[in-house]
Amino acid sequence: MGVYPDIVVEAKNLVKSYNGIPAVKGINFVIRARECVGFLGPNGAGKSTTVKMIYCFLPITAGELYVLGLDARRHQRSIKSQVGVVAQEDNLDPELTVKENLLLYASYFDLPGRVAQQRAEELMNFIDLKDKASTPVEELSGGMKRRLAIARALLNNPKLLILDEPTTGLDPEARRLIWEKLCQLKERGVTLLLTTHYMEEAAYLCDRILIMDEGQILAEGSPGELVNKYIGKEVIELAPVQEAQAEKLVAALASKVLGYQLVGETLFLYSNNGRSIWQDISGRHRYLRHQILRPATLEDVFLKLTGRGLTK
Amino acid sequence: MRLEISHRTWKVFWRNFVVFRKTWLANIMFNFVEPLLYLGAMGLGLGAYVPSIEGLTYLQFIAPGIIASSAMWATASECTYDSFTRMHYQKIYHALVVTPISLEEIVLGELLFGTFKGVLYGTVILLVEAALGLILSPLSLLIPLVLALSCFTFAELSMIWTGLVPKIDTFSYYFTLIITPMFLFSGVFFPVQAMPSFARGLAFSSPLYHTVELVRPLALGQATSTAWLHILWLVGFSVLFFYPPIYLFKHRLLK
Repeated sequence: MGVYPDIVVEAKNLVKSYNGIPAVKGINFVIRARECVGFLGPNGAGKSTTVKMIYCFLPITAGELYVLGLDARRHQRSIKSQVGVVAQEDNLDPELTVKENLLLYASYFDLPGRVAQQRAEELMNFIDLKDKASTPVEELSGGMKRRLAIARALLNNPKLLILDEPTTGLDPEARRLIWEKLCQLKERGVTLLLTTHYMEEAAYLCDRILIMDEGQILAEGSPGELVNKYIGKEVIELAPVQEAQAEKLVAALASKVLGYQLVGETLFLYSNNGRSIWQDISGRHRYLRHQILRPATLEDVFLKLTGRGLTK
Repeated sequence: MRLEISHRTWKVFWRNFVVFRKTWLANIMFNFVEPLLYLGAMGLGLGAYVPSIEGLTYLQFIAPGIIASSAMWATASECTYDSFTRMHYQKIYHALVVTPISLEEIVLGELLFGTFKGVLYGTVILLVEAALGLILSPLSLLIPLVLALSCFTFAELSMIWTGLVPKIDTFSYYFTLIITPMFLFSGVFFPVQAMPSFARGLAFSSPLYHTVELVRPLALGQATSTAWLHILWLVGFSVLFFYPPIYLFKHRLLK
């Protein structure tokens, strides 16, 4: 039972199947108050399915799920009234203005008129859309729409804000602006849960990351912890490298290499002492077309855990 | 089966109404042109060759049926094309269902809004016909109430189709196979008694037939003893077809 007031979401052996085909295969996780947790994984990993169960959109196939201490199978209205949701696809009222969108949505949560007015003003300030108050939503840019969707999800002062791929399809500048707003929410103590397949987004925003693939959680930890635990400080990429050649190379560098991965003809060497390896290699293997020494990232973690990249 | 239905249904209705307020003038103008074309072409054009029906001129005969059928068309298009657009393209149902509003309330709110539009459009036609001197009785003030009941049945039928269809194009089947035949064979343009018995049976199973049978006497000020039967039929239909659209939308959206 979610008896600890500190625990916002708790899943035990959570399963979701669509017509007998499992999409989420018995996962366990906990989200604590004031945390920003990210589900990171490629399309079809089960991230969206998981968060849709949390915001009571999809029925649970098996297992247990508690949101704000409430059973997600039974107390859906109560959970929905305390959670904010930014869905993956825009679902604003396109014919209405920015302000009308906010006021209408506030009414769904039974906010009294004056409170709704006040919240709408505050939130339009927060998302920098004050001067667009009377602009119909269909005339807004993609980034503005997404910011409005975030403002709408904050009307009810949610204890948990869920964002399903909040920046997918946005240009880099609009994405930065969304990140900035989410960071401000974090500072205010809002518990955030987001899904993403952008590792830099997960690394930038999240205190803790759950890496998902094929309906399972493969690893869990802070971005730094995950990179340290699975990879090390640096990665060296070499290509083209054949399998036999790779084994020989790794054997020769055994003392300095923490692990390696051969994906196609690209060899990834993981190390805490990349510079030293780099010197060893660059003298002897000039024939390699592709040689890079770079800091390790979450993408490397994902690659190591699944044998493939986050984006296909 | 437990239905989650509360006052929140009206929030869904209100949402659609707020959007409708933005476009209502254009909407209403457009929609009452077509019924008037029918009145003109059939009532005056064809009517010139038709001897009186049940003691009425042809124009007087079809005028009440046009009220009922306009209401039907308005509800049917609201609860098919417009509802489907809200659900499928604008994802409005998704936005609503993550708030304390339930899916049952969304479907019922849509049914009520479709009903409202039918009543509104039917009433506009009623007013136009009254201005043209085609409405003979103050009993016609009761017509909007009849329309409210019958439009609810049209809304249910349409939402069943909306809950089923994969693509917006598929609505043409609904209009070709259900709405248009109802429009033509429910006693709007001629008494159904003139048709062969199997066709009369089909007419009897159409909510529009019962609506026309209620609206015409009200417009003409004729008392009928069978009114209660038609009301009962429409109430029964509403009750029977209340759950199927809810079931279909639950299975469509919340898998």
